[in-house]
Amino acid sequence: MSGIFCSLRQLSVTYGRGVAAALDGIDLDIVAGERLAIIGESGSGKSTLARALAGLLPEGARVGGEMLWPGLGHAPRPGRDFGVVFQDPGSSLNPVLTIGEQVAEGARRHLGLSWKQAYVRAEELLGRVRIPQPEKTMRAFPHQLSGGQRQRVAIAAAIAARPALLIADEATSALDVVVQAEIVRLLDGLVREDGMTLLFITHDIALASGFVDRIAVFRNARLVEAGPVRSVLSAPKSDYTAALIASHRDLATPPLIAEVQP
Amino acid sequence: MNDVLLSVENLSKGFSSGARQVAALDNVSLTIAPGETLGLVGASGSGKSTLSRILLRLLSADAGSIRFEGVDWLALNGASLRRRRARMQIVFQDPLAVFNPLASVGAVLVDPLRIHGVVAKDRRRDEIVMLLERVGLPADYAGRPVRALSGGQRQRVAIARAIATRPSLLVLDEAVSALDVTVRGRILELLVDLQKEQGIACLFISHDLAVVRAVSHRIAVMDGGRIVETGPAAALVAAPQSDAARALVAAVPRLVTDPC
Repeated sequence: MSGIFCSLRQLSVTYGRGVAAALDGIDLDIVAGERLAIIGESGSGKSTLARALAGLLPEGARVGGEMLWPGLGHAPRPGRDFGVVFQDPGSSLNPVLTIGEQVAEGARRHLGLSWKQAYVRAEELLGRVRIPQPEKTMRAFPHQLSGGQRQRVAIAAAIAARPALLIADEATSALDVVVQAEIVRLLDGLVREDGMTLLFITHDIALASGFVDRIAVFRNARLVEAGPVRSVLSAPKSDYTAALIASHRDLATPPLIAEVQP
Repeated sequence: MNDVLLSVENLSKGFSSGARQVAALDNVSLTIAPGETLGLVGASGSGKSTLSRILLRLLSADAGSIRFEGVDWLALNGASLRRRRARMQIVFQDPLAVFNPLASVGAVLVDPLRIHGVVAKDRRRDEIVMLLERVGLPADYAGRPVRALSGGQRQRVAIARAIATRPSLLVLDEAVSALDVTVRGRILELLVDLQKEQGIACLFISHDLAVVRAVSHRIAVMDGGRIVETGPAAALVAAPQSDAARALVAAVPRLVTDPC
């Protein structure tokens, strides 16, 4: 049976004096093995949540409440217990290291592999994230890859040490919709195969609705509602969630212009 | 023909990257009628933004021609180009990057009014109030610095700036892509209203077919520097013919509310 992997109790984060809290009294459990979407617009606190979990809050940020990791029994080690994929793979990859080095580094450091073994694992991982010609890409630098491929590399690096939790913070938002759909399929597949817990942070409720188990909606630093994806989407409790759902546009939404009848 | 505002014929543009030649635009042709919205959709790197930059004369073309309001657009230079630029304006994706962050909203809007002599000097203040009202912002926003506005408000200012010179064509290059979904809907409504009231034609560029579909009469699909398909919006979305269009249709996230 799946237990609680991480438990947030009244978690609050404030970045500076006299500034409104970026997260305000959040109570949320992340269940081991689940795919949980954190939905929110600008300023909702969703990226602060990712940073708080990943231990990446800037110096001077004041944190209140508790973050418990019953699934681990100890404080999480970055890279080993969780991996993070950020929005912009252009700035999360090191421009002067080869793709091979960056993906291998996590495996070497956390899995106790030699560089040689880590390189073998890195090449396997590049294959798993469906990079064409992994052996050639190992020697490439980030600038030689497209945005979608860079994001695949960032995912490979994030899962290199077999973390139990993968945090994807707007990991598909800088990509065009076609590549976005491919990356979502990739994340979904990897998480299923490896039994990882996925925290999928996005502003796009429809994108998340296609593959996650649970949804937590954030607004203005607070958790608005959380629940199984189907019940939140079919019967949202808060007006805000209902408004988010209503703002969704897909190809079935009536257009805003009057169309010329043929 | 009177019912053509813009016609682009066989436009080509290449970039060289080291020894490699990349055709960013490869024989692109399209037309836009007065008051029409043409949606231009395609994946990253398909050439959409190169086309918008050439249209705005921010980049030169290698080959091909553009006629806009009956004028050979690529032959214009100097003062005649500057004067005619009032008629074709652009809204970019990131409204923070396009403005001087220290400028006030009023200063941003007074520039086009002054440069193009849209209204007499003593009428500029009233015109700014009217423009702000038109894009749904209170008049007192004229005194605020651009950086103090939210993303959606800033994009409204960018639209006000673009319509200040009374253009006949607005190029919207991923103009709503950086906005929150709830804000995005309101900006799309604003654009459609402006078009209805003032009869402005739009070239609406985005990678997101659902957004393009919401506002476009016709849609053109770009792939690898070429236009691979053009058609009425409803028909194209219902029955895409090219691989690129099919991929774009399939990639639109759908809200899944029912158990599958």
